[in-house]
Amino acid sequence: MHILVCIKQVPGTTNVQIDTEKGTLKREGVEAIINPFDEYAIEEAVRLKEKIGGKVTVVTMGPPQAESALRQAISVGCDEAILIGDRAFAGADTWATAYAISTAIKTISDFGVIFCGKQATDGDTAQVGPSVAEMLNIPHIAYVKKIEEVGESSIKVQRMMEDGYDLIETQFPCLLTVVKEINTPRIPSLRGKMLAKKAVIKQLNAQAINADTKKTGLAGSPTQVKKIFTPPQRKGGQVFDGEAKDIAIQLVQRLKDNRLI
Amino acid sequence: MANKIVISTDKCIGCGVCENTCPFGAISLKDGKAVVDMEQCRFCGSCVDVCGVKAITMQKEEVKDVVDKSLYKGVWVYAEQRHGEISSVVYELLNKGAELAKTLEVSLSAILIGSNISSKAQDLINRGANKVYVYDDPILAEFQDDPYSCILADLIKEEKPEIVLMGATNIGRSFASRVAAKIYTGLTADCTALEIDSKTRNLMQTRPAFGGNIMATILTPNHRPQMATVRHKVFKEAPIQEGRKGEIINKNINSQTILNRTKFLGFFKDSSAEVNISDADIIVSGGRGLGNSEGFKLLKELADLLGGAVGASRAAVDSNWISYSHQVGQTGRTVAPKIYVACGISGQIQHMVGMSSADTIIAINKDKDCPMMKTATYSLVGDLYEIIPAIINEIKKTK
Repeated sequence: MHILVCIKQVPGTTNVQIDTEKGTLKREGVEAIINPFDEYAIEEAVRLKEKIGGKVTVVTMGPPQAESALRQAISVGCDEAILIGDRAFAGADTWATAYAISTAIKTISDFGVIFCGKQATDGDTAQVGPSVAEMLNIPHIAYVKKIEEVGESSIKVQRMMEDGYDLIETQFPCLLTVVKEINTPRIPSLRGKMLAKKAVIKQLNAQAINADTKKTGLAGSPTQVKKIFTPPQRKGGQVFDGEAKDIAIQLVQRLKDNRLI
Repeated sequence: MANKIVISTDKCIGCGVCENTCPFGAISLKDGKAVVDMEQCRFCGSCVDVCGVKAITMQKEEVKDVVDKSLYKGVWVYAEQRHGEISSVVYELLNKGAELAKTLEVSLSAILIGSNISSKAQDLINRGANKVYVYDDPILAEFQDDPYSCILADLIKEEKPEIVLMGATNIGRSFASRVAAKIYTGLTADCTALEIDSKTRNLMQTRPAFGGNIMATILTPNHRPQMATVRHKVFKEAPIQEGRKGEIINKNINSQTILNRTKFLGFFKDSSAEVNISDADIIVSGGRGLGNSEGFKLLKELADLLGGAVGASRAAVDSNWISYSHQVGQTGRTVAPKIYVACGISGQIQHMVGMSSADTIIAINKDKDCPMMKTATYSLVGDLYEIIPAIINEIKKTK
């Protein structure tokens, strides 16, 4: 089976730190990494290949630097890599991102399963995976925590819910977004690292995938960032120090005064 | 005309304020002047606002409306149900939805999809809905993305609401994306504030960006409806008004032809997931400072006494002291209780984003300089194994 895995390169720290004195952002020394949830998607794709045979193609959309994320994915078992990149894609929201990715995937006709991480740690929306499935007109199952059974034409998975899990079956081709409970990603082997170095990354731009540029990038995005601001920082309150008993008395009194207990 | 940010090299003094402000890292200083990387720029205009010497101007392309917005009227709430019970986030959304509907002078509708759920429609009216669209069919008993997204997307196309609100639950996040993709409109995840811009009638959707240290206000200016998901506990529940009048519209589906490419085979309850910490008003949470799993027994005692639940930091969960369902934070649950007691939790930012909207934070820690102690409402300095028993003792006395 031809298995696809969609990944995103994100800033290594999930939080951009704020310089509290100046009220500005600190960006220095933030390295780019593979979105942590995508590492589980890569691992699951490679495990599926090892079980039923085939190949894994890793796909990302981003600037040229995102190539390093693709090479890292190859080092842990992906076979081929595609970088979707074009100035026309810059500034895309989740809709326009899903449009570009799904349009690129349409050039690959023979895929059986697409894996995605449940969400990316920079945007935290969890929207691109299901949107890609919709635009490809294939079913998806989100929050997959275990693949129970892989059949000839269908797959049975556990979908993690707030109160337990649902057992769901779907047909190929389909898209699955995975949670971290699904596996423990492997560490790249020496051979994997060698392959990653030598791998040829396929580049796809807007023209190559025949994208309608009215639907890509900032112009194609239904949502627009209106403004960005720093929320008021929570200020520290009262400090109680001393004997445990005295601290407890003071605290409970304070809670009672404020009718909290 | 394309979007453009123009920096006047004559005016720019290379102070770097714009570089530090740009949330997208699109501005850098080259030879003492600010330069914009157009591939990174999202045209939010933050740099224009902060530039002290007015060296930056933005030209933004006027994007035409994709739809005739005047045809879109009304606020909708997707009334999520799980195993036949309405999720409490729905009542919270009805409260906010009623406020938005009032500002816009339109009606508030709820969309109920499930099996044997028609009796719940009145509950939604009692919570403020003017109209409830009900899809009641055995095939809809359990949530599946295909039929649910087809139903909602088709109804949106038919009735044209201007706003659709959904819970940022596993269900909501999964199929809201499909609906927005189908109808080509904007969807904003995890909003923490929703307001109407009275001039344009646009919904101003504020959400945490970059992990929560920065807030972004997002618009869907040219597409309709404006779709947003909201996490549980962000808004207060709408009060119940018994016997309130409203309209119930029963809709039919063709269960033979409706798209359904997934098969629901069963639900398996996770007994450890019964601790639904996001519902608790009081959470007593433990971290690395507990030192061992035994410490959670003490926290449980305090939590039980207060009628609360036990939470944990990632460090405690990773040490196998307590199960994942208790984890608070970026990779765990987001909570907004009335009281959050952080015991031996230093306050890594990933933890803070999951609980910082608690009304009152009580921190207990030996290290009075850790981030949690610096932000807490009440910071108790000392050994938690001495302080917590003393608190338990003190509370028992007052009861």
